[in-house]
Amino acid sequence: MSRYAGYLPVNVITGFLGSGKTTLLKRLLESPDMADTAVLINEFGEIGLDHHLLEQIDENIVMLQSGCLCCTIRDDLATSMRDLWERRAAGEFAFRRLVVETTGLADPAPIIYTLMADPVIRFHFRLGNIITTIDAVNGLKQMNRQSESLKQAAVADRIVLTKTDLSDADLPALRARLRDLNPAAPVFLATERLTATKLLTNDLYDPKSKSKEVGHWIDAEAFAAADHDHHRHDANRHDDHIHAFCLTFDQPIDWTAFGIWLTMLLQAHGEDVLRVKGLLNVKGMPAPVAIHGVQHVVHPPVHLKRWPDADRRSRIVFIVRDLERGPIEASLAAFNALAEDRVTV
Amino acid sequence: MCGLCGVLGAGEHWTDSDDALKKRSGAETRRRERAHQVALTNRILSHYGLKMADWQGSAFVLSNRTGASEVIDHFAALWPTAEKMIKRPCDPLDPKIIAALGW
Repeated sequence: MSRYAGYLPVNVITGFLGSGKTTLLKRLLESPDMADTAVLINEFGEIGLDHHLLEQIDENIVMLQSGCLCCTIRDDLATSMRDLWERRAAGEFAFRRLVVETTGLADPAPIIYTLMADPVIRFHFRLGNIITTIDAVNGLKQMNRQSESLKQAAVADRIVLTKTDLSDADLPALRARLRDLNPAAPVFLATERLTATKLLTNDLYDPKSKSKEVGHWIDAEAFAAADHDHHRHDANRHDDHIHAFCLTFDQPIDWTAFGIWLTMLLQAHGEDVLRVKGLLNVKGMPAPVAIHGVQHVVHPPVHLKRWPDADRRSRIVFIVRDLERGPIEASLAAFNALAEDRVTV
Repeated sequence: MCGLCGVLGAGEHWTDSDDALKKRSGAETRRRERAHQVALTNRILSHYGLKMADWQGSAFVLSNRTGASEVIDHFAALWPTAEKMIKRPCDPLDPKIIAALGW
């Protein structure tokens, strides 16, 4: 059984200001499969509008007091999560899942840091899917102007397009942009019947779905299309700084060499490695290992029981800012080759 | 404390996690993996004039050619400490490093 079997999943709902995060959260909370869910929301501004919209729905809502979720207030999030855990342990209320709704201006990465770094939280909670809402009318403009908006789209595990029923929504253009930024993230429309199962529960740590989820990550066709689109774009466009690609390695990867390399890469360029996900054929291992990181943070790897498809190559997806594919590929290959002359001690 | 420091101070490094090693557990295997880790890391560190040694299986000691040394509690602290000692970044994408590794 996975070491995460008893950990409570934390889903992050993010998205730019006015993109419909709270509306989505309200809808999800109304569905029966969202029973026993605790919610942490940010108060943004003096009114704490989101909190007022949600407070009638569930008593397990805790409002963070510090405004925007960013590095400087991680303590606030950590304190709230520890408090929720203690209240749960004391039998005050039960919940099986935590949803954190960020402010529209939040960078999701610090939330992930908090899950990984806090000495209490990291033994009780684990990261679930990151869901990003994008306004179909204003999303393209926001991604052109606001780096937070781009980053929210780039780190998403699931994307929900909102306001798609409005006449001036240019869905094909938005979808093309998202395919370039984050080709493997499934995209849903807010007008669909969205359930917790669709958006929240199928993740890397769910034994029933992890193999399928990893299959999404390394969808070769999606990355081939994204790579094609990326080369076709105007180099001056704002979000051309961020792009996604998938590296494949025919030779098995030496786990130690990979660890040294990725640790070094993230020390030097972690700010610009928005997301790394991969399925590794590790030397000496009969089944693949899934790795998953956001900026400087790498989650403990997960063993899969079997390969998701017939392809036995290692495949690693990068979503990066201002980094090129060539040097990353060459560097990892060079580090891995160092281990080829491994001497048994 | 910034997010990065939080992770670096969080104890077990992701490369050492139980999940990663559960198929290869056992003291002898762990010793062998650690020796392999030190040997490979030193192949990289040599390009920066640094050397890492295992310290009783519980920490590492990073030293330079003038004899200055730093104790590293976790592998995650290696690269920040190395950069502090050489006063420049250790970048695996540096073409000079990739070329020096024969690629």
